[in-house]
Amino acid sequence: MEGNLNLTLKIWRQKNAQTAGKFETYQVSGISTDMSFLEMIDVLNNRLIQEGDDPVAFDHDCREGICGMCSMYINGRPHGPNRGVTTCQLHMRSFKDGETITVEPWRASAFPVIKDLVVNRSAFDRIIAAGGFISVNTGNAQDANNLPINKDDADDAFAAAACIGCGACVAACKNASAMLFTSAKISQLALLPQGQIEAATRAQAMVAQMDEEGFGACSNTGACEAECPKGISIENIARMNREYFSATFSSK
Amino acid sequence: MAWLAKSLNSSLGKKLLMAITGLFLISFLIVHCGLNATIFLNDGGATFNQGAEFMGTNPLIRMMEIVLFAGLLLHIFDGLRLWLDNKKKRPVAYAVVDGSANSKWYSRSMGLLGTLLLLFLIIHLKHFWYFSRLTNDLTEAHTLYNEMQIVFASPVVVAIYVLGCISLGYHLLHGFQSAFQSLGLNHPKYSPTIKWIGVVYSVVISATFASMPIAFYFHLIH
Repeated sequence: MEGNLNLTLKIWRQKNAQTAGKFETYQVSGISTDMSFLEMIDVLNNRLIQEGDDPVAFDHDCREGICGMCSMYINGRPHGPNRGVTTCQLHMRSFKDGETITVEPWRASAFPVIKDLVVNRSAFDRIIAAGGFISVNTGNAQDANNLPINKDDADDAFAAAACIGCGACVAACKNASAMLFTSAKISQLALLPQGQIEAATRAQAMVAQMDEEGFGACSNTGACEAECPKGISIENIARMNREYFSATFSSK
Repeated sequence: MAWLAKSLNSSLGKKLLMAITGLFLISFLIVHCGLNATIFLNDGGATFNQGAEFMGTNPLIRMMEIVLFAGLLLHIFDGLRLWLDNKKKRPVAYAVVDGSANSKWYSRSMGLLGTLLLLFLIIHLKHFWYFSRLTNDLTEAHTLYNEMQIVFASPVVVAIYVLGCISLGYHLLHGFQSAFQSLGLNHPKYSPTIKWIGVVYSVVISATFASMPIAFYFHLIH
């Protein structure tokens, strides 16, 4: 069909965490420019299943850019060539007919490959868990706006809370650092009065967990911010640094 | 003090150390560059030699010299430690990386630029620090200014110095604003100014330093 794409795909295939992986090359034809990147992989997998081959394993869930599952490193960039999108929001019109597309999983020692393009991102869950609880009153929900919060702080906290934990920051970082993720999770609570009570211990515990999981340090290249599908700012990393060092010097 | 060691050995702490030592070295460069720029007064190096004499004999300055070397070594040691740590974090490399799409090449090459700077520094210290501090060759008749004239008569040396200054310029271009970010100083009101000062500082310092060997080689100063 006219306007449709014929593409060469170089996809990372790896049976499991124990075996070494390698690239396999596939040809796909008649790909509609209106398809999402994941739908293009669906087309390929359909064919592989019909031919009795093992389909390409990849993470996906909502397919509308809010779950953060579709981790694919496409042509040297997390979630492909467009800014502010996840792989499911990347459409095939962003590619040219006859193009060769290289698809790799997130590469980080803290994100071991489970199969093909699927990586284990449970390290992120453990960083969040290390943050612990916040102290709030139980019982009936209190009135809305009972607790006055500065509008700018509320906006910044909301912007930090937009993080979907996809791991593109780690994938993009030359050090596989999780600073943008961790700083967003610290910031969303540090900016609000509800988060103040445990602020110091939270910053220390989450940074300690982040280091233990084997993520790298920050070189301030800004690659994470540029590749984040939710536009999380590296101002959050500076805030994490402030939170962490003030906790270092003031905590008992 | 175990709490301090623990904090400084964390990924954030290593960067804090990098930022503090980096800003210290940045402040030293202002003094070094300012003093050396007196060669452009065209007084045959009289002012420069006076300044060099003061820097070489004042006890307070000599003590700061030790602090300076300590700061430099700490910066190198911490950089090496970060580089070794960070490269372990991605055991399987990407086949394709489009780094320029999301960051500046010099921000990703601070270790390389730092290594080039270290190699340059060894040559530079041998030329002038070794001459003025560890030999008895520095006399009224053979001043540091005379030594600069001799050293910068070689086109190879001039080329090495210019390359060293280019490495320095790019290292500072990222390092200056990066240090403030590591210290947690990122604020919509001040950060644009800090970044602007960082660019001006990097260009002025590296260009001024680079102009010195060039000026000597082409006899532009007297």
